[in-house]
Amino acid sequence: MTDEKIFTRNFHLSDSHTLRVYRQTGGYSALGKAFQMEPAAITEEMKQSNLRGLGGAGFSTGTKWSFIPKGSTAPKYLVVNADEGEPGTFKDRYLLERDPHAIIEGMLIAARAIESHLGFVYIRGEYVQPWRIFSGAVREAYEAGLLGKNIQGSGFDFDIVIHRGAGAYICGEETGLISSLEGKKGWPKLKPPFPAIKGAFGQPTIVNNVETLAAVPHIINRGAEWFAGLGTKSQGGTRLYSVSGHVVKPGVVEAPVSITLRQLIYDRCGGIRDGRRLKAVVPGGSSAPILTADEIDVTMDVDGLKNAGTMAGSAGVIVMDETVSIPEALMVVARFYAHESCGQCTPCRESTGWIYKMAHRIVDGKGRKEDLDTILDVAKRGAGTTICAFYDGAVGPYISYIEKFRDEFEALIRSGGGA
Amino acid sequence: MTADAKRPQFAAKELEEVRRLQSLYPDKRGALLPVLHLAQDTFGYVSLEVEVYVAGLFGLTPAHVHEVVTFYTMFFQQPKGRHVVAVCHNLSCHLLGAKTIIDQLTERLGIEVGETTADGRVTLLSVECLCACEQAPMMQVDDRYEGNLTADKVEQILRSLR
Repeated sequence: MTDEKIFTRNFHLSDSHTLRVYRQTGGYSALGKAFQMEPAAITEEMKQSNLRGLGGAGFSTGTKWSFIPKGSTAPKYLVVNADEGEPGTFKDRYLLERDPHAIIEGMLIAARAIESHLGFVYIRGEYVQPWRIFSGAVREAYEAGLLGKNIQGSGFDFDIVIHRGAGAYICGEETGLISSLEGKKGWPKLKPPFPAIKGAFGQPTIVNNVETLAAVPHIINRGAEWFAGLGTKSQGGTRLYSVSGHVVKPGVVEAPVSITLRQLIYDRCGGIRDGRRLKAVVPGGSSAPILTADEIDVTMDVDGLKNAGTMAGSAGVIVMDETVSIPEALMVVARFYAHESCGQCTPCRESTGWIYKMAHRIVDGKGRKEDLDTILDVAKRGAGTTICAFYDGAVGPYISYIEKFRDEFEALIRSGGGA
Repeated sequence: MTADAKRPQFAAKELEEVRRLQSLYPDKRGALLPVLHLAQDTFGYVSLEVEVYVAGLFGLTPAHVHEVVTFYTMFFQQPKGRHVVAVCHNLSCHLLGAKTIIDQLTERLGIEVGETTADGRVTLLSVECLCACEQAPMMQVDDRYEGNLTADKVEQILRSLR
C-alpha cells in the first residue's frame, strides 16, 4: 500500500498556508498546465482519475462537471462546500487552515473546466479561524494576479467570494447550501433540476467539497493514471480520515482508500485507549450505519463500505470502546438529527423528533418494550420519502444501532421495568 | 453613534460595507447572512428592530428576515453575554466526557445551558458538532476553539473571561 501524501504533504511546514510556501512546494504549476488544456480535457482527466466527491456522496467529480450545459452563455458558478458539519469530521478545517492555496488552485482549474468566472466558498459560521486564514490566502492570490482579471496573461477571469454560514447542518447539503447562499433559510430543493442545470441564483452551478478540489491540482500535475492507481478499481486516490473517539492517537490521517478500518484504527491511530477492547465504529460520519468490532476488516473506499452495509460518507471515523452505552450513543445522535432537521418534509421533521424522545426515555429507564420496533418501523417507512438525503442519513444510525445492539437496548428497557 | 439594537442604524462605514457585500452577489439578497453577521457584531444581537432595519436595506419583508434569523443557530434574538461558551455535546465529545464539562460549567456559572450570567459575563450553550472531534471534549469560546478540555483547563478559561 502506498504511503504517498497528497493532501497532507505540507501540513508539517510552518507557514504552509502562505503563497510563498505553497509555491516553493510546486504550487500553482498545475494551473499553468490547465490553461493549456481544453476545458473538456480537464473534465475528462478528472473522470479518468476516479476522483469521487469527498464530502459525503462519493459521486464522480468529472461526471458531475460534465453535467454543465455545453455552449451556454449563461453565467456558471462554482461553489465550494466548506460547511463542514458531519459529526466526526474535521478534515476540511485542516485543509482550510494548512493548505488554502491548494483549494484556490483546485477552484481555478475547476472553473476553467466548467467555464465559470465566479466562485463562492461557503464556510460554516463557527469556523472563524479557518475563515480568517482562507481569506488571507485569497487576498494573497489576488495580489499575485492569481485571481481577478486575465489571470497570468491567460485571458481567463475568476473571482472568489467567501460566504460565512450561520449555524445549520443542513446547509452542507448542496441544495440547502444554495438556498442559504441566496439569502434564505437553508431548505434543500427538489431535484431535478440538478444544480448543474439550475443552481445558485438560477444558473448552472457545481458544488464541490473542499478536499475534492484540493485533489484537483495534483491530478493535473501527475496525471489521472497516477491518482487512479493509488486507490481501488472504482475510486482513485488517498483521502483524509478524521479519526476520533477512543483511539490512542485521534486526528487527521491520510491513507489510500484501500486501507482497512482495522489498519486505520490499530496501525495508524495506535489502537484503543487504556488497553480496552473495541466495541463499535462509525466509519463515515454520524450518518453512516455503525459497525461492530468484528466487522472492521473492510476497505474504506466508497464501494467497500457500501458492500459492508454502511457508507464512506465524509470519512469521519468515530471509535467506541467496550465501556460505551450504545443506547446513550443513539440518544446523542438522535438529538442531533432532531435538532438539525430543517422541518420542510413531514416524515423527517416528525420522525426525528419522536425518535429522539423515544431514545431519550429508553436511556432514562422509561422505555417500553414496543419502542424498538416502533423506531425501526418509523425509520424504515420514512427512508427515501424526503426531498434530500438528510433523513436517510438519520435512518442509518437508528436502524443499525438497534439491530446490531438490540440485546443492550432490551436489557435497558427490562431494567427500567418496561418489559 | 452608539449601536442600539432597539433603534438600529448603521454608521456610514458599515453602510458602505453593506453595499460592498451586496455587490458581490448576482442578486444582492445573497448578502443577507453576511449583513446579519455585521448587524449582530454592531448591535450585539438581532432584535426584531434589527430585522426590520436589515429588511429595509434589502427591500425584503421583515418576515423573510425573521424566517432566516430564526433558522440559524448563530443569530441571537436576545442580548447575549460578553462571552459565549458553547460546549459540543455530539458523539465524539459525548464519548470523552462532554457531560462532565457541561456540569462543571453550569455549576461554576450558576446558570443552566441557554442562560446568561446575571452580570452579563457569560452565555452558556451546548451545541452540535463543531468539527474538532480530534480535540474532544471541546468547546467554542467566542471566536476560538478550546479542546482537550479537563476540569483544570475549564477553570483557567473561565478565569480568563472578563
